Amino acid sequence: MSAGQTIAVIDYGMGNLRSVSKALEHVAGGKTVVVTADPAVVAAAERVVFPGQGAMPDCMNELDARGLRAAVLAAAKDKPFLGICVGEQMLFERSDEGDVPALGVFPGNVKRFPDAKMYLPTGERLKVPHMGWNEVRQSPHALWNGIADGSRFYFVHSYFVEPADPALVTGRCEYGVPFTCVAVQFHPEKSARDGLQLLKNFVEWHP
Amino acid sequence: MLAKRIIPCLDVTAGRVVKGTNFVGLRDAGDPIEIARRYNEQGADEVTFLDITASSDQRDIILHIVEACAEQVFIPLTVGGGVRKVEDVRRLLNAGADKVSMNTAAVQNPDLVFDASSKVGSQCIVVAIDAKQVAPGQWHVFTHGGRNDTGLDTIAWAKKVAALGAGEILLTSMDRDGTKNGFDLALTRAVSDAVSIPVIASGGVGNLQHLADGVSEGRADAVLAASIFHFGEYTVRQAKEYMAARGIEVRL
Repeated sequence: MSAGQTIAVIDYGMGNLRSVSKALEHVAGGKTVVVTADPAVVAAAERVVFPGQGAMPDCMNELDARGLRAAVLAAAKDKPFLGICVGEQMLFERSDEGDVPALGVFPGNVKRFPDAKMYLPTGERLKVPHMGWNEVRQSPHALWNGIADGSRFYFVHSYFVEPADPALVTGRCEYGVPFTCVAVQFHPEKSARDGLQLLKNFVEWHP
Repeated sequence: MLAKRIIPCLDVTAGRVVKGTNFVGLRDAGDPIEIARRYNEQGADEVTFLDITASSDQRDIILHIVEACAEQVFIPLTVGGGVRKVEDVRRLLNAGADKVSMNTAAVQNPDLVFDASSKVGSQCIVVAIDAKQVAPGQWHVFTHGGRNDTGLDTIAWAKKVAALGAGEILLTSMDRDGTKNGFDLALTRAVSDAVSIPVIASGGVGNLQHLADGVSEGRADAVLAASIFHFGEYTVRQAKEYMAARGIEVRL
């Protein structure tokens, strides 16, 4: 196995790693999927997936406890890199959740869905967490190849990113307030056919 | 717009899917992985496994089923039954579950809801409530597979688990479970209106109208059913088409 052909899934003790790695294996072709907490393996990988579930302060603590911060920052800058859910949120500067600083790869912050705006025009209340399948409006990007604009993906989150630079946005969703995806806020590994197609596009993406 | 979810539920014991009426009289419905795959192909939004195994020495069987399911079925998987400690939650999540449901243990030790959601995040923690009507407009929480009346008021308990960090409530009417007479809509609506987290309606689905009523009358965020899907009366896709034709937002 050549390290250059591996897809590293970063293991910092948080999140549904097995689901992510199994979905990637399903679409990886000849490439090898490794779940790893080793900065050297991340550095040698061809592309990197940064999943995340749970509370942002715990995620940041666990990342640092494993000495993975530098490897994640380096990979986010120079490799095909896919952040998922909290793995997306951690790429920004600061989160409302626990009021912690994040990795600061992109300018912008992570906000909680505002209680006052969580109603439909009909008056129906919108529940938080935003849980379930919602429509994503696409901005042009190789990740969307073969996926119809407006396709539904599986979300489960109470916080969302507000990027300072609109040019970063690859997709938009609306739930009480409009929010955006730079990496992906939804879970491609749990989004059936379209989710697997997105992961396949990531595996084949050459930025 | 966020779609209302349809969730087939698989009661699993000794590695097989079974189905009973009012929590007794079980009959075999097949292999859990095969059934989960079929529902994924039909467009199910999630799948729930409830491990109804009584003896602890058979508990680990569910871990192998979850592992196999996570390798083949790429939609969210909730697993419940026999969850007593945060460690049980972690084992199920590590095996490939996306959400873990707790019931009796949460009543006995409400701190478990707080501890588990603090550790793995609210989005992973479902509290299952088995409710039975004790007076008009009043329902008690039952535990131990429906044998034990805790005396807890269902609405108050739902609010409490939401405050403790539960991300979702799986609400089963024991009066309706297995009867095919439809959800207890008054119960569903009372709980859904009382909490700001999503509520899954469960217990009593006999036809597609019942599913639509659970959303439109019961104000559920998701509807769960077992026997109408297991025994081939309806496919998940038929259920979604029926709901869409009645103006309910679904993923088709």
